[in-house]
Amino acid sequence: MYTEKVMDHFQNPRNVGEIENASGVGTVGNAKCGDIMRIYLDIDDKQVIKDVKFKTFGCGAAVATSSMATELVKGKSVYDALKVTNKAVMEALDGLPPVKVHCSLLAEEAIHAALWDYAEKHDIKIEGLEKPKSDIHEDEEDEEEEY
Amino acid sequence: MKKLIYLDNAATTKTAPEVVEAMLPYFTEKFGNPSSVYSFAAGNKEVVSRQRDIIADVLGAKSNEIYFTAGGSESDNWALKAAAEAYGDKGNHIITTKIEHHAILHTAEYLEKRGFEVTYLDVDEDGKVSLEELKRAIRPTTILISVMFANNEIGTLQPIKEIGKLAHENGILFHTDAVQAFGQVPIQVDEYQIDMLSASGHKLNGPKGIGFLYIRKGVKIRSFVHGGAQERKRRAGTENVPGIVGLGAAVKRAAATMEERAGKESSLRDYLIGRVTKEIPYCRLNGHKTDRLPNNANFSFRFVEGESLLIMLDGKGICASSGSACTSGSLDPSHVLLAIGLPHEIAHGSLRLTLSEETTKEDIDYVVDSLREIVGTLRNMSPLYEDFMKKEHK
Repeated sequence: MYTEKVMDHFQNPRNVGEIENASGVGTVGNAKCGDIMRIYLDIDDKQVIKDVKFKTFGCGAAVATSSMATELVKGKSVYDALKVTNKAVMEALDGLPPVKVHCSLLAEEAIHAALWDYAEKHDIKIEGLEKPKSDIHEDEEDEEEEY
Repeated sequence: MKKLIYLDNAATTKTAPEVVEAMLPYFTEKFGNPSSVYSFAAGNKEVVSRQRDIIADVLGAKSNEIYFTAGGSESDNWALKAAAEAYGDKGNHIITTKIEHHAILHTAEYLEKRGFEVTYLDVDEDGKVSLEELKRAIRPTTILISVMFANNEIGTLQPIKEIGKLAHENGILFHTDAVQAFGQVPIQVDEYQIDMLSASGHKLNGPKGIGFLYIRKGVKIRSFVHGGAQERKRRAGTENVPGIVGLGAAVKRAAATMEERAGKESSLRDYLIGRVTKEIPYCRLNGHKTDRLPNNANFSFRFVEGESLLIMLDGKGICASSGSACTSGSLDPSHVLLAIGLPHEIAHGSLRLTLSEETTKEDIDYVVDSLREIVGTLRNMSPLYEDFMKKEHK
């Protein structure tokens, strides 16, 4: 069902944990739907992400996309981090099953939420960053009608 | 070979070697069509009817009340659709439960779209139907009650005898989906006043793609498949002879070993439940503590998600299943776990382990040790657990 990279990032997730007094923390998703991601960012004065950690409640793909997203933003400026899309996360994982694409959207959203929190806390504006939705599921289409 | 501990026997079972052996000649030298006239095929008509006798005998039924189908889902579809059609003049109301298999639930929804009214009974926190609620649900127009014998996810056994009695006192047909229960617990159709019963071969060490529907003599059930005269013209199509032979062999075997198996499996099951609930915090047993299938254990582990749990167990060679949304292909977790009152986030963290006669105490010990470690790992990366612990230590 999953690619080797997804399995690797699920079984050996990078950057699991918390950051005390993080520059920004973002939590997205909801437990009702079965996935919640939380990203912690440590950002220096030059607006570079020095460290990043995550915690995720969810399926294999949710954990793997969180792990990959943290790898992709680590060491980047907040502006470059903003450019890490769900597509980039998926490509880096060699793809996801169609029903799991929403996990990659959630990972992108979690990074944005953490950046938003950082911007708010430090009273700065990051060009191109919009206030993230807390729940990405609301946009999903209804199931196909049967019978 | 890599370690493999198969604890998903409610999904399917290993076909028993003697079952395979019994089937093999019917693929090769004894391939004749039971309907043919020549003597070469005559034995096949006979062998099919012998399997019918075996099954009828186990249920305390008559041979001509057993109709072979392609499995549990077909039997469920047939029972509901044909009863609705045959008794539509009498009324348009059907009673079932919220925890049925989808083969019943989706068929009931299909009938609703065609003018039938369906009451879906609630269950209590153990997954049991309330007889009082069932009594209240009965209307003059009720034509059918369909309640599963045992639940496929949480293993809870229903008060089938009492339901059968109630149905008959009110002149209502009673169908039970016994796919999980048949071969695991004793079932007598007269004692339980069952009018129709669905069962499947591959849940009791028989082959896949074969099952049967028991239909009590006198029940006016229409044909489900039109065509030849097979199955008393009610389910046409050349008999799946190897499948039927395999089913018969499996039923015979299951009936002979039931008591011993149930004793062994239920004591291992209780050992498993005891260790898990004692050694893993924030965990609960789903389903009734004692009135449950001998081989079923179902747990919810707070703060973890089922699919993650399954993949990590798979990594250790353990096969299990979960009621989480991710394993159901939708956003909602199992309807059964929601019906017993679990909140979504706890239902997502469920795990079903179903034993077989081959399961050993060593297997269970290995599974519990692995599970404790895996749940710990997943909780350490769970934001829900983090929030919970921070709250606890405030």
